[in-house]
Amino acid sequence: MWILTPEESAALVLSLKVAFWSVAASLPVAVALAWLLSRKRFPGKSLLDAIVHLPLVLPPVVVGYFLLLAFGRRGPIGAFLDEFFGISFAFSWTGAALASAVMGLPLLVRAVRQSLDAVDRGLESAAATLGASPAWVFASVTLPLILPGIVTGMVLSFARSLGEFGATITFVSNIPGETQTLPLAIYAFTQVPGGDAQALRLCILAILLSLAALMASEILVRRATARAAGRDA
Amino acid sequence: MLEFKAHYRAGSFTLEAAFSAGPGVTALFGRSGAGKSTVLGLIAGLARPAEGRIAVGARVLFDSAAGIDLPAHRRRVGYVFQDSRLLPHLSVRQNLLYGRFFSRSPRGGVRLSLAQVVELLGVEHLLARRPASLSGGERQRVAIGRALLAEPELLLLDEPLASLDAPRKAEILYYIERLRDEVRIPIVYVSHSIEEVVRLADTVVLLSNGRVVESGPVAQMAARIELRGFLGRFEGGAVLDAVVAEQDLESGLARLAFAGGSLYAPDVDALVGERVRVRIRARDVALATEKPRAISMLNVISGTVAEVGESAGASVDVRVEASGASLLARVTRKSVADLALAPGRPVFALVKAVAIDRHSVGYA
Repeated sequence: MWILTPEESAALVLSLKVAFWSVAASLPVAVALAWLLSRKRFPGKSLLDAIVHLPLVLPPVVVGYFLLLAFGRRGPIGAFLDEFFGISFAFSWTGAALASAVMGLPLLVRAVRQSLDAVDRGLESAAATLGASPAWVFASVTLPLILPGIVTGMVLSFARSLGEFGATITFVSNIPGETQTLPLAIYAFTQVPGGDAQALRLCILAILLSLAALMASEILVRRATARAAGRDA
Repeated sequence: MLEFKAHYRAGSFTLEAAFSAGPGVTALFGRSGAGKSTVLGLIAGLARPAEGRIAVGARVLFDSAAGIDLPAHRRRVGYVFQDSRLLPHLSVRQNLLYGRFFSRSPRGGVRLSLAQVVELLGVEHLLARRPASLSGGERQRVAIGRALLAEPELLLLDEPLASLDAPRKAEILYYIERLRDEVRIPIVYVSHSIEEVVRLADTVVLLSNGRVVESGPVAQMAARIELRGFLGRFEGGAVLDAVVAEQDLESGLARLAFAGGSLYAPDVDALVGERVRVRIRARDVALATEKPRAISMLNVISGTVAEVGESAGASVDVRVEASGASLLARVTRKSVADLALAPGRPVFALVKAVAIDRHSVGYA
């Protein structure tokens, strides 16, 4: 019973791949945004803050639809990327990763920003007086100190990606083997007569996956926190 | 060595200060909020003056007229913060070597090896530990070592003893004295403790409300009656440079020779021939117009009244000159009238030996 069918394992592997790439791609963007929002003052800061947080409150289908408009084959950004770089998001797993990244971004930014706010700025100026340029200060002081926040954010965003449904199905549709992640596969099974049992199997799989992710994150966060605080993990 | 002139505003606080500091230890002295730490921040480049000029030797760190403003990481100014600010995610060894990483090639400051600094500050046994597990005194020693290893041309110490208890204070003072005498790096030392200033400093810069009230050599500054209000009523007094002439182990007394004669003091922790600096609080000095006989006070120093301070209260400070050395005595206005104390009058200054405790004596 617990041997996965090829379709099931395809959905599982695709889900993990999409989640991994969505987190990997959004991480640098999120750290940069968090840094801007935490450390800098500039006109339009609250607007930027609101835009970053929009995916948290908008219906996912709205995000998916806007992605389709912008990054679809005939969308302005999509057409540009397709023509000059040969990158296409439409109806491919990269599009699913993009949708997940946008949906997970607010969680990632929030977690990183909170730990940035908590960093003792005095440590950064101490490092500067020891000869560290701003870039070095960030790499050798700030980054290690916000690591717990980064790990937390990555886990939240990874989990969000595993559960992402609305934006993905709107943007890149539900194509088995290409864009059909776990939630989409579950949805597909519930739409066909007699698919209940298979849907349930995938549901249990999703639960196990989420549990594992949360427990792994707990261990990672504990280690990173101990490290940043100077205790031995 | 250090030239400082700056105009700086932050909120309602304005700093308008200028001073220069030679080699050795320069103490920035004043009450909390006088602007002492602000001055250090401006020297280190952690804050920017509206205008002014800051130079260490021939290197200009900041000059508003010439448009020079070196960023903090290129100023080569070691800064030891009141709260240590060790990097919590690094070991003691990594903290010590943090600055060395950015000064791998010699760059003209004081260059010491890790081994030298470890020996100087006695932190060998701490190297593998994390800052979180260190005591306050250990943290400050590591912080001093870390600043030294970054090869600074100037060391800023911001009340490094403020958060420590008395035994730790004595411990760190000892290490700072070694720094001054063995490493010979110019030090700017911020403090509001006259005890520390007298023990460590060569030059004192007195700050009040963001302004330099006065600056000069420590012995001169301490004897100035009109500065008493800044130095503190309780602790104000004269500072004498002396040499240990005798150590009598049986009585536990040392005879200290200074310009104006001899002083007996108990428990002086120095060898015969060593130079020491003695602080004698004004309130511990009494005055007599005749030489007293049969008295328990061991120290009877003859001199003449040089100055009688002004006071609205019951007591006044009187400065007595004894062959080039100045003593301050705090006496009542009634005594001034009764004894007709006025400039030129010969007097005897009386000091109880036990009033000179071990905190009053430091290595010069």
